[in-house]
Amino acid sequence: MPTALNSAWIRAFYIALLCVLAGLAAPARAQLTIEITGGGATRIPVAVATFAGDGLLPQALAGVVRADLERSGLFRMVDPGIGPAPTEAQAISYGDWKTRGADALVVGSISPTADGRFEVRFRLHDIVKQAQLGGVAYTMASAQVRTTAHHISDYVYEKLTGNRGIFSTRIAYVVHRSARTEQGVAHGADFLLQIADADGANPQTALVSKEPIISPTWSPDGTRIAYVSFENKKPVVYVHSLVTGNRSVLANYKGSNSAPAWAPDGAHLAVVLSRDGGSQMFLLRPDGSDLNRLASSSAIDTEPCFSPDGQSIYFTSDRGGSPQIYRMPATGGEATRVTFEGSYNVTPRVSPDGKSLAYIARNGGRFQLMLLDLASKQTQVLTEGGADESPSFSPNGKMILYATASGGRGTLSAVSSDGRVRQRLSVQAGDVREPTWGPYGN
Amino acid sequence: METIMRKILTSAILGAMVFLLAGCPNPPVAPEKAPVDERTVTPPAPTSDTNSNPVASSTVDSSGLADVKKGVLAKRSIYFEFDKYDIQEQYRPLVEAHARYLVAHPDRKMLIQGNCDERGSREYNLALGQKRADAVKRALILLGAKETQIESVSLGEEKPRALGHDEASWAENRRGDVLYTGEY
Repeated sequence: MPTALNSAWIRAFYIALLCVLAGLAAPARAQLTIEITGGGATRIPVAVATFAGDGLLPQALAGVVRADLERSGLFRMVDPGIGPAPTEAQAISYGDWKTRGADALVVGSISPTADGRFEVRFRLHDIVKQAQLGGVAYTMASAQVRTTAHHISDYVYEKLTGNRGIFSTRIAYVVHRSARTEQGVAHGADFLLQIADADGANPQTALVSKEPIISPTWSPDGTRIAYVSFENKKPVVYVHSLVTGNRSVLANYKGSNSAPAWAPDGAHLAVVLSRDGGSQMFLLRPDGSDLNRLASSSAIDTEPCFSPDGQSIYFTSDRGGSPQIYRMPATGGEATRVTFEGSYNVTPRVSPDGKSLAYIARNGGRFQLMLLDLASKQTQVLTEGGADESPSFSPNGKMILYATASGGRGTLSAVSSDGRVRQRLSVQAGDVREPTWGPYGN
Repeated sequence: METIMRKILTSAILGAMVFLLAGCPNPPVAPEKAPVDERTVTPPAPTSDTNSNPVASSTVDSSGLADVKKGVLAKRSIYFEFDKYDIQEQYRPLVEAHARYLVAHPDRKMLIQGNCDERGSREYNLALGQKRADAVKRALILLGAKETQIESVSLGEEKPRALGHDEASWAENRRGDVLYTGEY
């Protein structure tokens, strides 16, 4: 009885604390909501039972797991029904779950620990094979419900699909807010660089600026973001630490500085500078030192992107008369043309396995997200949009996040790399653009 | 003798380049003296019997930019066609006037901002805007301005002047703007 009372008090305290924090942070927040507009052809039916002891937490843990799995488009949620939830310690009545139509079942429990935290235990069952697929126990603070739930979702996703999950990863994007009045105070238009969980939750503002911010890109270790800011009336490239909040100028040469791209080892970046005339690619270290020109052409060379093995750089160039994608050795050297169809192919992004290339093509008057199989040279149109920009692969390569427009406003969308699953991410206040998917955490 | 010949030859080549690349039909000429308004100031009659002299209020333009806000020098925008960065014939008088001004005022500096319409990749548009700004810069240099006087940068599609999503707005945003120090 005293334990239960204590837990109730702790829970009430955390809820109150969260409300206060949410209230304080409210003006800078712009929560993304995700809507699934398509699904895989064969979705795995999964039941996620409500965890025993879920009421001890400020937020239903099983609900976050269900939302994660459903959003991936690869699973169909089976109603676990009402009644006492089974726990990971109990024997499972496989027949009952089979009758309900589930191929897999997640059961778990939550119990308070002596130091005021919680132990979360769960187990994944294969209903068809009537076998346990494994389970994990976590110790967490009550403010870590979402994080823990994302880890459980990652585990379930990997066991059932064979691919690593991306529910614990983060995304970055830019929100453009127009001039507005909030609580009687007038604010001019501004730009926010935001970092959010992959499901759009917990948006945090890393930078607020009166001038545009474009081309954010994560360092391979996820601790820094490089981007282009126009705060000095011209494009300048910065590197911003998400850990300390410190930012430093990466490249501020005469003319324009843009298009940062991290090498996979994190020791170098490619940038595009116009200091010697034209837009040309250079390599430099993350502190801005050791600047070396990568290539020399009289044409536009921009949007560099390293291949995952660090050996090649894909980039956009108009050297052939129209913007097309080319590839060159990361140490410099001869470029070979990669795209041939159409007169406008830009923004190359190599998949994490190095086998395919996402890019934007102008087809008729429409700008669409394309996928090129680098071995077979087959191309696929992934979207039906007309204003797609800035593709970014999820770290497991299964989804591509991109910017598009809806009703004159920028929105974010994601599509599976087979084109079947579609998600739309919308933000209430303003225009969202320049999405970039962060790496796996450690 | 040889030196003189070389000088003549260099001048001829430069002249031809200016003609070919910037399409300038006239060689650069020194600008006329900036016009000055001549006015006679009559102090107002005292309005009260105070111990102070009447004080006339005036505003000082300390920017020193009055001369570039008049006549053809007040024209600052050069428009471009879709996905193009060559300067069209109709903007030659504007480019020539600014070149003459830079030649006559070697201490003056200029920023050229290239802009694009919203369609397509932001980074490619940034590079395209740079091409537009560079085209203006190159024409000014061929007409005698010094490289050190001019910085060309791109704002890409990030700072649209027209906010619509139609051809008229796009045309307005495919533009190079000329700004003098103090104006940016």
